[in-house]
Amino acid sequence: MGAQKKGATARVSEDPEELARHPLQAILLADSFTTKFRPITLERPKVLLPLANIPMIDYTLAWLESAGVEEVFVFCCAHSKQVIDYLESSDWSSQPNFLVATIESHNSISAGDALRLIYERHVIHGDFVLISGDTVSNMSLTQALQEHKERRKKDANAIMTMVVKQSKPSPITQQSRLGTDELFMAINPDTKQLLCYEDKAEYSKGFISLDKTLIADNPSTVLHNDKQDCYIDICSEEVLSLFTDNFDYQHLRRHFVKGLLVDDIMGYKIFTHEIHSSYAARIDNFRSYDTISKDIIQRWTYPFVPDVLCGNSAIRVERRGTYRASEITLSRSAQIGPFIVIGQGTEIGNDTKISHSVIGEGCTIGSNVTIEGSYIWNNVTIEDGCELRHAIVCDGVTMKSGAVLEPGVVLSFKVVVGQQFVVPAYSMVSLLQQPTQQDSDEELEYADSSSGNVELPSKLNGDITSDLSETRHGPTSELGTGGVGYIWSIFEGGHDEEWRHSVAPIPTDKLAKIMLDKDEDEELLTQDGNVLSPSGELKSDSDANDSEDGDNEGSRDDYVSFEKEVEATFLRAVHENVKVDHVILEVNALRLSYNMASVDCAGAIFYSMMKLAVESPHSSSSELHRNAADVITTWQNLLKSFLHDIDEEIEVILKFEEICLESAKEFSPLFAQILHLLYDKDILEEDAILRWADEKEGADESDKVFVQRAEKFLQWLREAEEEED
Amino acid sequence: MPDTQALVNDFLNQLKKRKIEGSQATAKQTAELLRSVISQTRVPYTNQAGALIDSVKAVGERLIAANPVELAVGNIVRRVLHIIREEDVSLTTAAMAGLNLSAVSDDEDDADRDDRPVLSAAAVAAASRSTLRPPSLQTLLEDVPDSAAVPHTSSSGGDSEGKSKSADKSSRSRKLKHDVIEAVNELIQDINTCHEQIAEQAVEHIHQNEVILTLGSSRTVLEFLCAAKEKKRSFRVFVAEGAPRYQGHLLAKELVARGLQTTLITDSAVFAMISRVNMVIVGAHAVMANGGVIAPVGLNMVALAAQKHAVPFVVLAGSHKLCPLYPHNPEVLLNELRSPSELLDFGEFSDCMDFGSGNGAPLLHVVNPTFDYVPPKLVSLFITDTGGHNPSYMYRLIADYYSADDLVVQRRPTSGN
Repeated sequence: MGAQKKGATARVSEDPEELARHPLQAILLADSFTTKFRPITLERPKVLLPLANIPMIDYTLAWLESAGVEEVFVFCCAHSKQVIDYLESSDWSSQPNFLVATIESHNSISAGDALRLIYERHVIHGDFVLISGDTVSNMSLTQALQEHKERRKKDANAIMTMVVKQSKPSPITQQSRLGTDELFMAINPDTKQLLCYEDKAEYSKGFISLDKTLIADNPSTVLHNDKQDCYIDICSEEVLSLFTDNFDYQHLRRHFVKGLLVDDIMGYKIFTHEIHSSYAARIDNFRSYDTISKDIIQRWTYPFVPDVLCGNSAIRVERRGTYRASEITLSRSAQIGPFIVIGQGTEIGNDTKISHSVIGEGCTIGSNVTIEGSYIWNNVTIEDGCELRHAIVCDGVTMKSGAVLEPGVVLSFKVVVGQQFVVPAYSMVSLLQQPTQQDSDEELEYADSSSGNVELPSKLNGDITSDLSETRHGPTSELGTGGVGYIWSIFEGGHDEEWRHSVAPIPTDKLAKIMLDKDEDEELLTQDGNVLSPSGELKSDSDANDSEDGDNEGSRDDYVSFEKEVEATFLRAVHENVKVDHVILEVNALRLSYNMASVDCAGAIFYSMMKLAVESPHSSSSELHRNAADVITTWQNLLKSFLHDIDEEIEVILKFEEICLESAKEFSPLFAQILHLLYDKDILEEDAILRWADEKEGADESDKVFVQRAEKFLQWLREAEEEED
Repeated sequence: MPDTQALVNDFLNQLKKRKIEGSQATAKQTAELLRSVISQTRVPYTNQAGALIDSVKAVGERLIAANPVELAVGNIVRRVLHIIREEDVSLTTAAMAGLNLSAVSDDEDDADRDDRPVLSAAAVAAASRSTLRPPSLQTLLEDVPDSAAVPHTSSSGGDSEGKSKSADKSSRSRKLKHDVIEAVNELIQDINTCHEQIAEQAVEHIHQNEVILTLGSSRTVLEFLCAAKEKKRSFRVFVAEGAPRYQGHLLAKELVARGLQTTLITDSAVFAMISRVNMVIVGAHAVMANGGVIAPVGLNMVALAAQKHAVPFVVLAGSHKLCPLYPHNPEVLLNELRSPSELLDFGEFSDCMDFGSGNGAPLLHVVNPTFDYVPPKLVSLFITDTGGHNPSYMYRLIADYYSADDLVVQRRPTSGN
């Protein structure tokens, strides 16, 4: 009675109005839409994999519940049956004030598809938390939610709040802790608006590109490489409809977030919320599985730690981070080292040494076994004298006596390793054969979720096991005498990258290499800076230019092909009498697909117009001038729609200069006249022209040619201005 | 009628998620929950006490398992079980007194047959206690029996039960439940008022111009100090901040708001300051049967410092904090390890938590225990709502509140089922 009353009032008091109207909802994606956990995920969904002996999804759900979420929609795709069965049999289906509903789909191949499907169901009303079922956190949502709501009230375009966490900006931490690539974010320190998100910063490249307008629009921008994305997002309803509108959005970060950041037509904004003392991380690959398991054992995720989460099954914490279930059989001479979890009903034999490991329930471990940094799931049999170092061993595996697992090995369900067999480092072993069809990268990325061919009923699975044991019971198999299972060949190209995502610690030579690369990068960067700074004078805001310039070299090709596309579009418009509005739309589409700024569009369009003028027949320069005037008059609206501010107008003038110098020298005598024409047509404002002239003031003599040509016109403009004054 | 099961589940959830903090709130909610469990339990004709005990035990076991660190839950469950037994015994003796003792009473017979181990043991225990009680130290000193329930209910029960034997049974079943609920209400009342009752004794302990030291924050201590202040005592308080949760800061704020001269010090400065202190007054998480105290982390150090300088170390504890278990009992979970993030910022130290390099073993391990164990020899005095007691007297006080049969609540139903 009292308890309930208290709970109810506490919940209401958090936000009396908002919460009374809409219960806080969450979408939990119970599918990662990647294949990083293969071959394990061929047989069991990732969210049900045990993390310190408790399925990952339990951590996520427990956190959602404690954070005040009242309705959770669990989106199941691959192995949806297993997830649904698990949820039904667990406590989660019978919680008061916490509704867990499942949404099943068999043909979603990405997070984007999932969100589109959820949108069609019309179950989300108001703000919701978007999270995937492999996220562990103990943060409090109250503040983040409140910030999100307040921002929404002020600005309806603030549709998403992304949770980030600081991590030490050591050169290798990102890689060695979570196995993810370095992540760069540009954040406005005052408003906390996210301006740029770059997770694929290549090591070889050593730099990232920023849009110049981004720096122009935001007085202060901080570029972070010490932020970790927690993959917890607070979203408004619009997010779902955005996914539906943009049917090509697949990946939450790569497509959606970057898409929103690039798209300045709609003006949607993403903000960040930084957490300090609380914990949040997502299990993305085997390395982060290892790291987060260790964080949990070290209790960073308190109260979501095994002894508290388990509740009644009584796991006790002992000294040096040892978690022991109540009923285990432990030999007196066994050495149970620091930081281990041992599940119920496990037996451990004489002189066995275990450290930094997680042992599941019902395992039988013989004598003289060495287990170090490994994850052993339920009902595993390890016979005498085995050695395991930094390996993952799934349910039902048998290791015959004397077998050895080298660092980074993953044994999938029910594999048998033969006597004295040494499984080489980083091998993946499964009862299922490696899927052979690998059409393209994209296919590979999402293949796991095309659940039809992947999902195997457990019965069939059993058959396979027996088949295998019959056929492969010969004296030697891939896994030694009496071994059952296939060693997967490592994907081509991934061969030297396998250590990145493995559970094993990074070998010292690789570590040294990363460090070295980093140093080189830094040197390279500083060199770049030195070389580029003198030539970077064209840009007005010099401090932002280093990276921009560096990028220019790389994206020069891009720009050329973009210009060609725009030209083709423009010519087609001229010949087929397409309406100006449509041309604008097409050019915008091109701009998005080539990731260009609107400055580039203006330049490209102007270039096409001038080219058209040159190419139409003319005999004298006056005729050329008439041609140009015709074109400009006809298409002035098109050009104007891409000239939003002065910088873009200057860009057009610069472009014109370039044309006169390079592609169409016929124009150079007409420079001043056409400039005047553009001014008359209100395409260029006098400010822009004067600014251009001012900028040219300090340039070389050769650069000043056109300023001198236009001197008369400039003079006239200045006088007009003074007269007005 | 609210569904008891739902209430139990809700409460279990809150306990599990560590959402209820403080032993007083937990104790009160536990008692309220058990009251509704009792009122919802259907009582059979015979062996009503057994039925009530079973249902309370069933719920109690789950509550204790939900948060084994919060000993107040177990204490209250045991208190309620004790209340049921006492009420039952008093009714039975009253009934037997009402009938002629020569004939073997049906009631006694039924009860014996159905619930031989429990009831007979209880009866024996109660009998042995009641024979023990007259010379008990407390009764000798205070002249008034502490648990007034026994004589009171037996006299009132005697009136109604003497009439006829047939009416007796039905009325008894309602009577027992009614009495038990009454008694639980009293218990809730006790829990509610324990702060005031303890605070009332403040003037006897705090004298003019004294310097009091405390660590962390405890509501009992706050009320105690304020009560002394209200009685026009003027004294100074040193507050040790109580790292890593720094609840001492809050206490200092509260004390200043109530006009007390307060000095805030770091925990590590306690030893340096203790020579100027006249008395250490602290709260407790639980008081064990041997007089040992489970208290916020850092208190053992304070107690040792106090002993070194012969400063009295006084522990304030409401009676719901008295735990009938000894600290060496296997089911007592002495400590809870909280998140390291209270000590250090994860972001700053994430490179120390780097498992990818080296041999994969973390070199940094952060331990953040919640509690300390202060052995009884370091405690000078306990002040509970019934008065001041020596640590060596705790087991007697506990015998008044709990039945020996209930000490292991969680074991019996598991072995029974």
